[in-house]
Amino acid sequence: MEFSELIKTATVESVLLSCAGQPAVKGTLCITSHHLLLSSCPGGDGQPSAVELWLLIRNVDAVEKRLVLSHRPVPPSVPSSMGVIPRCHPGTAEPPLPPLPRGPRQWALTSSSPPCPRVQNVGWYQPPRSSGSPRDNRLAGSSGTITLRCKDLKVLQLEIPGMEECLNIASSIEALSSVDSVMMMYPFFHRPQSLRLEEGWPLLPVEQYFQQLALQTTQWRLSDVNRDFAVCPTYPPAVIVPAAVSEETLRRAARFRQGGRFPVLSYYHSRNGTVMLRSGQPLTGPNRKRCAEDEMLLGSVLDDGERGFIIDTRSAQAAKQARMTGGGTEPKSSYPQWKRLHRPLERGRPLQESFIKLVEACNDASLGMDRWLGRLESCRWLSHVKAALSTACLAAQCLDREESSVLVHGAEGTDTTLLVTALAQLILEPGCRTLKGFQGLLEREWIQAGHPFHLRCAHSAYSHARLKQEAPLFLLFLDCVWQLSRQFPFSLEFSEGLLLTLFDNAYASDYGTFLCNNEKERCLCKVKESTHSLWAWLDQPEERKKYLNPLYSPNPLVIWPSVEPQSIQLWQGLFFRWIRSSQYLDEAWAEIWRLVEGSNTAVKESTESRLSRSLSDPTAPTENER
Amino acid sequence: MEHIRMPKVENVRLLDRLSSRKAAVGTLYLTATHVIFVENGSETRKETWVLHSQISSIEKQATTATGCPLLIRCKNFQVIQLVIPQERDCHDVYISLIRLARPVKYEELYCFSFNPKLDKEEREKGWKLVNLSEEYNRMGIPNSYWQISDVNREYGVCDSYPTEVYVPKSATAHIIVGSSKFRSRRRFPALSYYCKDNNASICRSSQPLSGFSARCLEDEQMLQAIRKANPGSDFIYVVDTRPKLNAMANRAAGKGYENEDNYSNIKFQFIGIENIHVMRNSLQKMLEVCEMKSPSMSDFLWGLENSGWLKHIKAIMDAGIFIAKAVAEEGVSVLVHCSDGWDRTAQVCSVASLLLDPHYRTMKGFMVLIEKDWVSFGHKFNHRYGNLDGDPKEISPVIDQFIECVWQLMEQFPCAFEFNERFLIHIQHHIYSCQFGNFLCNSQKERRELKIQERTYSLWAHLWKNRADYLNPLYRPDHRQIWGTLHPQMAPCNFLYKFWSGMYNRFEKGLHPRQSVTDYLMAVKEETQQLEEELAVLGERLANLQKLQLNGNKVKSKQQDRSKELALSASSNSLANTPQEYSNDLKSFPSRSPSQGDEEDSALILTQDNLKSSDPDLSANSDQESGVEDLSCRSPSAGGCLPSEDSGKDSDEAVCLAV
Repeated sequence: MEFSELIKTATVESVLLSCAGQPAVKGTLCITSHHLLLSSCPGGDGQPSAVELWLLIRNVDAVEKRLVLSHRPVPPSVPSSMGVIPRCHPGTAEPPLPPLPRGPRQWALTSSSPPCPRVQNVGWYQPPRSSGSPRDNRLAGSSGTITLRCKDLKVLQLEIPGMEECLNIASSIEALSSVDSVMMMYPFFHRPQSLRLEEGWPLLPVEQYFQQLALQTTQWRLSDVNRDFAVCPTYPPAVIVPAAVSEETLRRAARFRQGGRFPVLSYYHSRNGTVMLRSGQPLTGPNRKRCAEDEMLLGSVLDDGERGFIIDTRSAQAAKQARMTGGGTEPKSSYPQWKRLHRPLERGRPLQESFIKLVEACNDASLGMDRWLGRLESCRWLSHVKAALSTACLAAQCLDREESSVLVHGAEGTDTTLLVTALAQLILEPGCRTLKGFQGLLEREWIQAGHPFHLRCAHSAYSHARLKQEAPLFLLFLDCVWQLSRQFPFSLEFSEGLLLTLFDNAYASDYGTFLCNNEKERCLCKVKESTHSLWAWLDQPEERKKYLNPLYSPNPLVIWPSVEPQSIQLWQGLFFRWIRSSQYLDEAWAEIWRLVEGSNTAVKESTESRLSRSLSDPTAPTENER
Repeated sequence: MEHIRMPKVENVRLLDRLSSRKAAVGTLYLTATHVIFVENGSETRKETWVLHSQISSIEKQATTATGCPLLIRCKNFQVIQLVIPQERDCHDVYISLIRLARPVKYEELYCFSFNPKLDKEEREKGWKLVNLSEEYNRMGIPNSYWQISDVNREYGVCDSYPTEVYVPKSATAHIIVGSSKFRSRRRFPALSYYCKDNNASICRSSQPLSGFSARCLEDEQMLQAIRKANPGSDFIYVVDTRPKLNAMANRAAGKGYENEDNYSNIKFQFIGIENIHVMRNSLQKMLEVCEMKSPSMSDFLWGLENSGWLKHIKAIMDAGIFIAKAVAEEGVSVLVHCSDGWDRTAQVCSVASLLLDPHYRTMKGFMVLIEKDWVSFGHKFNHRYGNLDGDPKEISPVIDQFIECVWQLMEQFPCAFEFNERFLIHIQHHIYSCQFGNFLCNSQKERRELKIQERTYSLWAHLWKNRADYLNPLYRPDHRQIWGTLHPQMAPCNFLYKFWSGMYNRFEKGLHPRQSVTDYLMAVKEETQQLEEELAVLGERLANLQKLQLNGNKVKSKQQDRSKELALSASSNSLANTPQEYSNDLKSFPSRSPSQGDEEDSALILTQDNLKSSDPDLSANSDQESGVEDLSCRSPSAGGCLPSEDSGKDSDEAVCLAV
């Protein structure tokens, strides 16, 4: 099956595109295998047409159609499940597309919003003529409106003349957007000219991290026990484990942990040599099984008399209940040196529902001020943010203040566990707060650590599809990072723009970085060989600048955020990105850049002038020394 | 002094609301003007000063094993929890403070003893800084439609109005007096703002004494005169800022609102802003939320919602937006009133003016605005803010709400205001502090009788002197965001109204962003300016050198590596803080560092403190940190975040270079 089979109507003319807060544009709509394009009608004076919309179809979360003739809203259609499409040869389905500038708002309508560059007529694109058949004698008024709700939370409306076209377009978008096969996805076809394929794929991030750590301690070693993904399918081939523990012990310990996720090092706190470990839950089961190797593994982390903390991201009750299904938690008797703390963090469906409700509330125009806060509360999103930050702070506090090592796990150890370990590192470790360091952190603690991006980010807040494994844990993480950046505006090298871009790309991307659920799948799909890395794109000088925080100044200290409700704010930049105009805030941001850059130029100029002065007046320095 | 039963108590503990671990032991002093807590032992000897006039309530709680707790709530939202070892001492402190916090004579207020060591001339100059007739001139008045009227000289017509009132030219003294008799407290329609571009104006008054059917020819003529003063429009809006129900209830008491049928060409509009009692209770509820001990997110959001505070803020903003739109876009004049026309009317007129005219968004303009719409038109500062002991039912956070509206606008339009958040906070503080004479009494008449200007100092001069602290670094007179009318987003943008923790949790530094962007940018801006000046100087010198070929010229290169310095200053802003109590479990676990992080804590305070030593009262008064705060101004590392002496010195040297 080819993509073309899914495209019932490839082009429609005179389509009206509208989007909240922007003037509507009329143009020719065109569907390709991965994109929806709308180019505005060329002006009478032969002006070139401009591409007004360039939407990755993967970004479409829900398609709603309304036919105007009936005056009766058609219930939102559920995207039909398409099954897995047989592979076709990459490259045959669609010609490689030239790269487009991609900012955080890149998929916006580009016609009228000044901050994003207008995508001018791209030379290769020619409106096909096939649709030139005489269809103009359509019934007047027979048209339909398609509402596209995107994963990045943008909402677009397309008014399409002709009922049949409307239905075809809608079903084509639905079909294309629900293609579930990884290798059919756009990153396998995206070939930006400025990048080479192998660029930007981080070379062995775990190994690199180990090299840093090996300079400070000999108690840890790099193990390749998982080199064929045989011990743990969701771990990367290399993991960092206690030096004293043998591969066989690891194998056995893995059997005692859910998903084979035996405890591995996540972070080494160089200030005092304590470590943060993460794992899956122990499989104690109803019979309170024990595992000597697992106990030994954890025991080897602590010296005699030392104590460590286990932060379980479930409630004590839930952890207990997990025993019935074979899971459980570390009993005090078997792990006497470890003190368990329960910090329930929401995940899975409740978290997804919280996200859905919040987005709904944000889009609810009928909400008065007197009900907004209650509605915000009932979404519980901010409670989740507060809980996640608090738990991360707790982990950081154990390491930095109590000088104790920490093991973090929930059930599978791929969701809230990673949320906590990644956030704690950002709080503790200045190195993670640079653009480069943050990329490394994401690679190690989210991507390589096996957060199932493909499952969790399959749908966003608008989808009508039945929820399966979707949950916005990564978004929750980004939100927490944003909270940190708000409380410590100088301490992160990157700006909100980066967080928005990461959110967009986690849900729908031109790049392979967030594809698949773990390293094993990525190897199978040859993601590194056949897709571009998002990091390579972001690291290009002109892109990079967009994501920098002009106020950044390295802060060598721990950044302890406040987790009081007064300090936690709704992330308007994300949740209201497409709802309210951010013109004035953008202007303020530009002004901040201007001020900071102005000062840099002044510094440069004055240095130059000093240079030239000392050249022209060579005696000055010597006089100075006198 | 006769009210002080207990001038000094030792071994008093000052509790920290956020962390029970951090209690400070020290000595409590009661003076004629302040309560002072001086921490024991620590090198910095942290001091907490509270003006008596800031105290809104004192609560003696049940004695515990550790002593007798005393809770002092302040009008600037500081909450001080003391534990006094002896119940008897506590009682004495309590009784003394109850009396001290409720002065009965104006003469007892701080402004009559406060002496900033300015001579008479400077004081007079200070009072002249804000001049209302200049302001009306700026608006283009008097002109062919509007004139100044002396009908209220000696306060003969209305004792809560100023002597100088601006009225339509066609409104004769007879009409004014007649209209005043038909208005509550004789507050007849008078000009608040005039838009010279289209002749539309904002006038204000109190409610008409219409009852169910009463009419007044002069009042009808008055409104007609206002309409005629705007030839571009054939009607005026009459905006009653009360909820309709309240206005109707007033009819039974012989008051009420205008009947559209009796007045030619008015459009009548209700805008439901609640009365002072509702607002007082709302604030009370919100402060309870602010005071909650480790609330959950839900507790906080529900509490905030139930307080209704943000809803009220939005109602005031909406009224302002409605009026600004009528004036700017429709070119229609508006008459605003509520019941007496001194609370909601003041709020709404000033919000509308602020939206309409960029001048009011400058520092000077904002002072003028408060002087015009609040001080001169008889907003009852003494009653509302409880300066003298009085009816607690008269107290209400009316101007606090206006100040918050300004802050909400600043959040939406970060480049549009010349001043920053600190400016607003300090104005709020001084409305209650009674340190300056501006906000004393209930009317201009009372202030004249008390000879306020001869006996006290003006806040405006004080703020103006320290204006460098109050500048918004993002404000640029040539930035387009500052031009013209501001158009705040309306529904569905309720989320735009945010809780202002910088005000209501102002003293809980731990809750706020740990690094101040404003201060940093101000430093950068100053630095840049300095460099540019130096550059000019150097350029000049270079030219001179080349011209004169003076090889023997001794130049002392003073210039340092600026980029390094700037980086340094930034990093000094980025500091550590201590973790909060993220966990209760950890407490039960043997903590290895019982006294953890004291030094970081004070470091945190260095840049946290918004209130700088330039404000003699505030820095002393504001807290815990005042002692430390002074240090920060002098420490070289803080040079970047504060316009410090260091930078001043450098620029001096740069100037020396040139000579």
